[in-house]
Amino acid sequence: MTVSYDNSKVVFEAIKAAGVRSVSALPETWLGLLLQRAEDDPDVTLIQVAKEEEAIGIAAGAYFAGEPHILLMQNHGFLAAINGIVSLAQLYSIPLCMLIAYRGHFGEPYPWHTRGGIVTEEVLRALDIPYELARDPDQVARQVRWALTLSHSALTPVALLLTRELMED
Amino acid sequence: MERRQCLEMIYPELEDRLVVTIMGACAQELYDLGHRDNFFYLQHAMGLASSIGLGLALHRPEERVVVLDGDGSVLMNLGTFATLARYRPPNLVHVVFDNGSLLSTGGFDSQTTSGVTDLAGIARAAGIEHVAAVDTPMAFGEAMIEAFERRALSVVVARVAAVGPDHYGMDLHLPENAFRFRRWIGGRGRTHGICDPQASVAH
Repeated sequence: MTVSYDNSKVVFEAIKAAGVRSVSALPETWLGLLLQRAEDDPDVTLIQVAKEEEAIGIAAGAYFAGEPHILLMQNHGFLAAINGIVSLAQLYSIPLCMLIAYRGHFGEPYPWHTRGGIVTEEVLRALDIPYELARDPDQVARQVRWALTLSHSALTPVALLLTRELMED
Repeated sequence: MERRQCLEMIYPELEDRLVVTIMGACAQELYDLGHRDNFFYLQHAMGLASSIGLGLALHRPEERVVVLDGDGSVLMNLGTFATLARYRPPNLVHVVFDNGSLLSTGGFDSQTTSGVTDLAGIARAAGIEHVAAVDTPMAFGEAMIEAFERRALSVVVARVAAVGPDHYGMDLHLPENAFRFRRWIGGRGRTHGICDPQASVAH
């Protein structure tokens, strides 16, 4: 299995089409090609963090600054960022638009991804975070745009899970 | 040296800056000096004050940002020094009040007590060029004047006594603080786009 070159481009173009020029991320395999594009694009600012919870703070700063922002992380990074999501974003009504690589679900060959993958959706539901699964490249631009829109109208974290169907060839 | 003295000293300089504080004593002492809509009090999510400051500084390069942090909070997010060093926003001053104590949660010793862990040393080793460690009001005042005048990322670690206010409470709901903070920034208009972190790295 290799990371989809075409669909990495689709997701990146969806971010730009949503009017977003500021992206934070912790690099991971499925996001690699996408982040390479972000790094190479002079119109896009990529901020790489050492741990995903930092990105919750950075996203809050971007929101206060009036700059649309998207966070890119693996689902295990989402799990590592929960206190920031709950006690900064949700507590203060700060929007987050999170694009999360959904590792460890059906088809996952690597044992280390599986526990996080199995609990991801249940944790999102427990936290009242609205989410969708991104599977069809033709729908991704709309899904990113709608995720961003909802996060700003509801002033809440919203997640779009980037699935194996989308991110692997 | 007490944190309250330090805050009193710099308070007039905070009028025109974006200020992010950590929870507890630090937030209360700043609030008691007089709340302003350009102050954001992070009453939870320990460790993220400097990350909020980084987000503000990169996305509002024309503004000057001050983070008022503490040893207990920064110990929860030591990676922040590395990320600050990587992007080194020139408009950010990161103050760490080190009282060697988790004062707001019962006064337990933190890892910085008795000099076991040196936060200024960690900041320098993370790659931050301008780091001052001070333990007197005079030295704090000088370090802050230099940090405010310098057009470069600055960290000031201030050793303070483990004392705080005798009361807690603000007439300010948490989302209200966020809304007013954002509106204050929005009212300033914009003169620049996003700071280019790659350009900062190259300097």
